[in-house]
Amino acid sequence: MSLTKTQSVAEIKARNKELIAEVLAVYPEKTAKRRAKHLNVHEAGKSDCGVKSNIKSVPGVMTIRGCAYAGSKGVVWGPIKDMIHISHGPVGCGQYSWAARRNYYIGTTGIDTFVTMQFTSDFQEKDIVFGGDKKLAKIMDEIQELFPLNNGITVQSECPIGLIGDDIEAVSKSKSKEYDGKTIVPVRCEGFRGVSQSLGHHIANDAIRDWIFDKIAPDAPAKFEPTPYDVAIIGDYNIGGDAWSSRILLEEMGLRVIAQWSGDGSLAELEATPKAKLNVLHCYRSMNYISRHMEEKYGIPWCEYNFFGPSKIAESLRKIASYFDDKIKEGAERVIAKYQPLMDAVIARYRPRLEGKTVMLFVGGLRPRHVIGAYEDLGMEVVGTGYEFGHNDDYQRTAQHYVKDGTLIYDDVTGYEFEKFVEKIQPDLVGSGIKEKYVFQKMGVPFRQMHSWDYSGPYHGYDGFAIFARDMDMAINSPIWKKTLPPWKAVPKPALMAAE
Amino acid sequence: MTQNADHVLDHFELFRGPEYQQMLANKKKMFENPRDPAEVERIREWAKTPEYREKNFAREALTVNPAKACQPLGAVFAAVGFEATLPFVHGSQGCVAYYRSHLSRHFKEPSSCVSSSMTEDAAVFGGLNNMIDGLANTYSMYKPKMIAVSTTCMAEVIGDDLNAFIKTSKEKGSVPAEFDVPFAHTPAFVGSHVTGYDNALKGILEHFWDGKAGTAPKLERQPNDKVNVIGGFDGYTVGNTREIRRILNLMGIEHTILADNSEVFDTPTDGEFRMYDGGTTLEDAANAIHAKATVSMQQYCTEKTLPFIAAHGQEVVGLNHPVGVSGTDEFIMALSRITGKEIPEELSRERGRLVDAMADSSAHIHGKKFAIYGDPDLCLGLAGFLLELGAEPTHVLATNGTKQWAEKVQALFDSSPFGQNCHVYPGKDLWHMRSLLFTEPVDFLIGNTYGKYLERDTGTPLIRIGFPIFDRHHHHRYPVWGYQGGMNVLVWILDKIFDEIDKNTNVPAKTDYSFDIIR
Repeated sequence: MSLTKTQSVAEIKARNKELIAEVLAVYPEKTAKRRAKHLNVHEAGKSDCGVKSNIKSVPGVMTIRGCAYAGSKGVVWGPIKDMIHISHGPVGCGQYSWAARRNYYIGTTGIDTFVTMQFTSDFQEKDIVFGGDKKLAKIMDEIQELFPLNNGITVQSECPIGLIGDDIEAVSKSKSKEYDGKTIVPVRCEGFRGVSQSLGHHIANDAIRDWIFDKIAPDAPAKFEPTPYDVAIIGDYNIGGDAWSSRILLEEMGLRVIAQWSGDGSLAELEATPKAKLNVLHCYRSMNYISRHMEEKYGIPWCEYNFFGPSKIAESLRKIASYFDDKIKEGAERVIAKYQPLMDAVIARYRPRLEGKTVMLFVGGLRPRHVIGAYEDLGMEVVGTGYEFGHNDDYQRTAQHYVKDGTLIYDDVTGYEFEKFVEKIQPDLVGSGIKEKYVFQKMGVPFRQMHSWDYSGPYHGYDGFAIFARDMDMAINSPIWKKTLPPWKAVPKPALMAAE
Repeated sequence: MTQNADHVLDHFELFRGPEYQQMLANKKKMFENPRDPAEVERIREWAKTPEYREKNFAREALTVNPAKACQPLGAVFAAVGFEATLPFVHGSQGCVAYYRSHLSRHFKEPSSCVSSSMTEDAAVFGGLNNMIDGLANTYSMYKPKMIAVSTTCMAEVIGDDLNAFIKTSKEKGSVPAEFDVPFAHTPAFVGSHVTGYDNALKGILEHFWDGKAGTAPKLERQPNDKVNVIGGFDGYTVGNTREIRRILNLMGIEHTILADNSEVFDTPTDGEFRMYDGGTTLEDAANAIHAKATVSMQQYCTEKTLPFIAAHGQEVVGLNHPVGVSGTDEFIMALSRITGKEIPEELSRERGRLVDAMADSSAHIHGKKFAIYGDPDLCLGLAGFLLELGAEPTHVLATNGTKQWAEKVQALFDSSPFGQNCHVYPGKDLWHMRSLLFTEPVDFLIGNTYGKYLERDTGTPLIRIGFPIFDRHHHHRYPVWGYQGGMNVLVWILDKIFDEIDKNTNVPAKTDYSFDIIR
């Protein structure tokens, strides 16, 4: 299907530039000017992708972005399994995000574990008018009575909280005192703050710093005997079990994982993290803040890694090992060698079916670059990518380590732009979210959800790569894509069609 | 190593391997500071008791696992039922991402909607500029025939005035003066998604009938013989709307389906993405004022819309998500009475077939106890059907049900000997339902996807009927209304009953004497 294979880089660049001009033509002038800064064709050798990012979405364009609440409750805090996260405000936010992110965990839900539950203050008009602080205090009492094994509470603010002047900090402090110093964390992640989920991540990180780390006595002993090999996994949300298929590799190389942030994580793990010797950071976008803080305050170094696909996994294992002694370095080599036959078998099986296929991505704050290596391990090529809520440092990393010359870059892409780009570029696969999935499938383009792994996964680690490869193959090579036109209409179609 | 290239293990198998099990056990023991398993067990058992139920029902502030969503979701659902209409939600943008995801996860379809993307500055200064720019962009990019505006709670809390904002936007040239921009204030802290449906639909009708916010003359009603039908917020809109239309056509009734989103939530995969498809034409929406009567399939989704229509001189009929024989009888007889059209033999035969099927299978349902939760109208419709099957809708719960709704459910219970031991729970949530299922067990639970947690915890088999259904595919394509819809519901219930009987009788040499081949 792809047209790119037969084109030179110069031709591709020219076409992509033309495409950008074409989509901008639809906008009113002011909007075209604003959107132009978010679209570019990558030039090899540049230090970033040449787009503006992390700025306000344009009203009315169908941005794919969410909000700060989604970044805090949905991403950072929600997976902490032994705490109860109150969606504080009207019912909707908690309802739409209820168990939708596939943060796997082990625990008895409703008794000592609460991830896939929806706790809400279900604000009514009187709460808006008179304030919700008393209700919040009562909610905490009711939680203590009905869910006595919870290890803590967080208050995830929805839009109205910050607008009506509620003092959730005061309520949290007084209730914490009443319940013998119980961990109660107020989070100011109202949806109107910032421009996307991203500020919600930052606010959530800061809340961990202020309401968990700063409450720990500095000389408190670790609850376990420390070892020189203690690390924490930061920024893995255990979607479909990603953190588990990552943890197993770190442990096999001789490290000891003392905490998972935040997939299948617990309050005790958050509290223990300042005892780590190294923080290994997967999702840089959502948790670089707390990693930097721990570096400054506790002197813990941090190291970004990438567990998508065997090339990046091996590179990452060696990089992580470089912070430790020979025992760990040998461990890394041992792990790489152990899984080599599995990787060879996966690639032998799937690469011939996927070689040369092209992909366009649009995901959150990490995967638009991080999964590129995994596709390349399968002989595939990413021809367009962009971030929903990335910042300039994400685009720098993308430019310097991941994308090829001529790749189409689109930041905070609008529905219209994405459809037009796909229509013209005709990739063999699109990887994005649920809101995009059916749009592209209607157009006859194979699609995988790259937030939820399309209900599959894990995709991290060696075990995950086998699933990733299988899933990409089954998306692209599904026989259904040959049936999108009835035989009586089956004339070769030059282009996919986006909505007009 | 557990993983295998030739037989790739998915998450549900992979992590059961010994390496992972050992790893997870260590993680828990060493780092999670876990509770004493005996204590977990004690609390787990305690949470099943009448004592816990009492505390649970004494809750005044906390809501746990509610079965309702917020107003704008319903507004978006209603808006896409009009020809080439793009819903525009004024307020924070994250909300729109949520509505779109939620609808797409249920229908497995695209869901198009835009936001005015208000942020901190709009919180301080109001969202007028967001509206002005937003409408202009939406209009240029997506070329809708109508933009239907609703609000998130942010815009409501700061008090943005949609009428004034839209007027100003038009003055500033965002959209042509004559372009249709109906609106509805849909605060998330009032009512639920069914309220939002009601407000949005009323806003659209008001726009066309009452002079387009003062920019056009009000329409003068010139009565004709048409009937308007409103589906309400309905997860089965695809199947149901088509079935209703078939029935109306069979009866030879000229009609307008208002807010008909059955096409846009069921577009083909043929190489083209249709952002808009089908829907009530704007002309039909305006002309709906002339109809003889309007039938709402869901009274609680049209609590303001129906009186609005009635005030324009039409007869209005509010039904409660009719499922089964009597519910469909009532619907069809109302149509016949309003229009004077005879009920065709074909429908009598369809009715007879449903009665036939119910008679054939009644022995398996009779006397079985059910718990039902969902939107108020759906609960009434399903409870009515169970009663006519001789089953007992023991617990009927609607988080968004009101006192008046509860009285109506009670009246339904009182009308049947099978309703004598049944109870209705307005305003309660699924954590209340959990206590009910432990302390007063039933045979089956009917509800949406979230009911699977209740099924897991209480062992009550779940029959998935409601919204949202995320974890089973394509049921929304089948009707649950009309006699044929009743047949679908009957089959879904029976399939679960038979599966359960088989599951409970399949231990070789122990219980499998009852593993009957004929049932």
